Amino acid sequence: MSATATADAPVRAAAPRQPRRPGARRRADVAAGYTFLSPWLLGFVLLTAGPMLASLYLAFTDYDLFRAPTWVGLENFTEMFSDARYLKSAQVTALYVFVGTPIKLAAALAVAMLLNMKFSGQGGYRSAFYVPSLVGASVSVAIVWKAMFIDDGVVDRIQQSVGAPAGGWVGNPDMTMPMMILLAVWQFGAPMVIFLAGLKQIPAELYEAASVDGAGPLRKFWNITLPMLSPVLFFNLLLETIHSFQVFASAFIISGGTGGPADSTNFYTLYLYTRGFVQFDMGYASAMAWVLVLVVGVITALMFRTSRAWVHYSGEEN
Amino acid sequence: MSTAQAGLAPRDTTVRRRIPPGRIARTVVFHVVTLAMLAVVLYPAAWMVLSAFKPSNDIIGNIDILPDTWTLANFATAFGGIGGISFWSFFWNSTLLGLLSVIGIVLSATVSAYAFARVKFPGRKVFFAIMIATLLLPTHVVIIPQYIMFNSAGLVNTYVPLLAGKFLAAEAFFVFLMVQFMRNLPRELDEAARIDGAGHFRIFRSIMLPLMRPAIITSSIFAFIWSWNDFLGPLLYLKKPDLYTLPIALRAYVDQTSVSDYGAQMAMAVLALVPVILFFVVFQRYLVEGVATQGLKG
Repeated sequence: MSATATADAPVRAAAPRQPRRPGARRRADVAAGYTFLSPWLLGFVLLTAGPMLASLYLAFTDYDLFRAPTWVGLENFTEMFSDARYLKSAQVTALYVFVGTPIKLAAALAVAMLLNMKFSGQGGYRSAFYVPSLVGASVSVAIVWKAMFIDDGVVDRIQQSVGAPAGGWVGNPDMTMPMMILLAVWQFGAPMVIFLAGLKQIPAELYEAASVDGAGPLRKFWNITLPMLSPVLFFNLLLETIHSFQVFASAFIISGGTGGPADSTNFYTLYLYTRGFVQFDMGYASAMAWVLVLVVGVITALMFRTSRAWVHYSGEEN
Repeated sequence: MSTAQAGLAPRDTTVRRRIPPGRIARTVVFHVVTLAMLAVVLYPAAWMVLSAFKPSNDIIGNIDILPDTWTLANFATAFGGIGGISFWSFFWNSTLLGLLSVIGIVLSATVSAYAFARVKFPGRKVFFAIMIATLLLPTHVVIIPQYIMFNSAGLVNTYVPLLAGKFLAAEAFFVFLMVQFMRNLPRELDEAARIDGAGHFRIFRSIMLPLMRPAIITSSIFAFIWSWNDFLGPLLYLKKPDLYTLPIALRAYVDQTSVSDYGAQMAMAVLALVPVILFFVVFQRYLVEGVATQGLKG
């Protein structure tokens, strides 16, 4: 708000040259603001806020798209607790998010530090490691992943050649989760690029000073790199966590839309899709969607709350 | 980086006569380690591309990247299409949707971002906070009511549901990216133009838009690629095969053949990624820089 006053100041100073009254400019600003914002406002009302309220209502109803919704109170929510497929999908998704995301970020940070060293060819390496992030969520890659991890596939052959238990990962309920997490970790390029940009912002003087003080590489990493990188780490952690809750296409393709074997790839969004758009339990699916929003909301709030303890912003900006 | 080099400069001059032997060894080790990691990371991609050139029965379980015998038969099958509909029909549908998405996003996101970044009006801060919140909102909470809405409007099996969000700036990522970019443009430009009597529409069109070029290019590339790879949207709204985009055509093909023709699957999978890879090769700097700045300003 103080910015308003300072922004208006030059105009008043310029008033002798420009005989336009500040009040007129304010009105012009309001009109222009809402005009320029109108596409977003319309989209927000029609495609986000309206549908969110509608799905909040539907969450308390029984609705199949063809007959009018009937109010059932909390029934959809209580059903979740006794729905084994629901509980399994929540468990599978939690495992994927809370195991996959840290591994992915660790890989991203490690490679980013490698690519931050002063050698030639780093730009090319950076682009090459980014390629999986670009294509990883596509149907094409899901098909390839399935072909590689299937019984007698490439991964199976490699396992056989080293004498490990074989049989392929796609059909084995115990191995589908590692397979899906590998697919997620494979796409470490996007957070890596963000880490790398963050690493380049750390002043070299800090490391030089630490060297003079006799700090080794581990201490430099712990006392300089991690704290200086913490805003970027926070950003990556938040976005990757929220993002991985929404994994859909790859699980859909690899399981042929079933979430199998034994519901081991029946991720939350896949089950939501099945209930909503295959079985037309749109009330139940809406309730599921709202639970997801609440869970993601709570996790986001927790991250912001705890970030005060470990995210260090350099003083000049905030 | 320049400061680091400047700081080291005095020491560098004293050792310039001979390159320290440790430096060469470290360079070699670095490249060997990095290339080895790169080989592992890019193996699935290389395996996919070259498997498309292998005979269909020699794909599963063939660890070698290079085909023993090269064949184009898989591509011939892939171009044959699915259920009487040509591959090029799917390709065109994907292209059309991608281009319209780019147009919609560039139009709506630049305009909305201008309001957020450059105009002062009551409610702006609240709307900006809401926009950031939608950035984190799981899309699944809106897809059911959106489907009900578009279904009752008779818009299933049209491209309208897939494009509405693009023309109405509902994809907050792009608005956010452009706001961040616009905030870094010097304010003196607007102020000078306003003192000269220019209104917001002239400032936007004549000053901001031309300067926004890098952000517009980055957004266009992402908009096209994301539209190209989108699976859930077309899965929900496109039920007629002649409207299919490549990802759902690919899924239909995989589902349809009970005895899998892996060769044709690989060929179609590769063909479906060709535009993405082309975009990447041509615009990689914009893409990677776009991702990088996105995280830093967050």
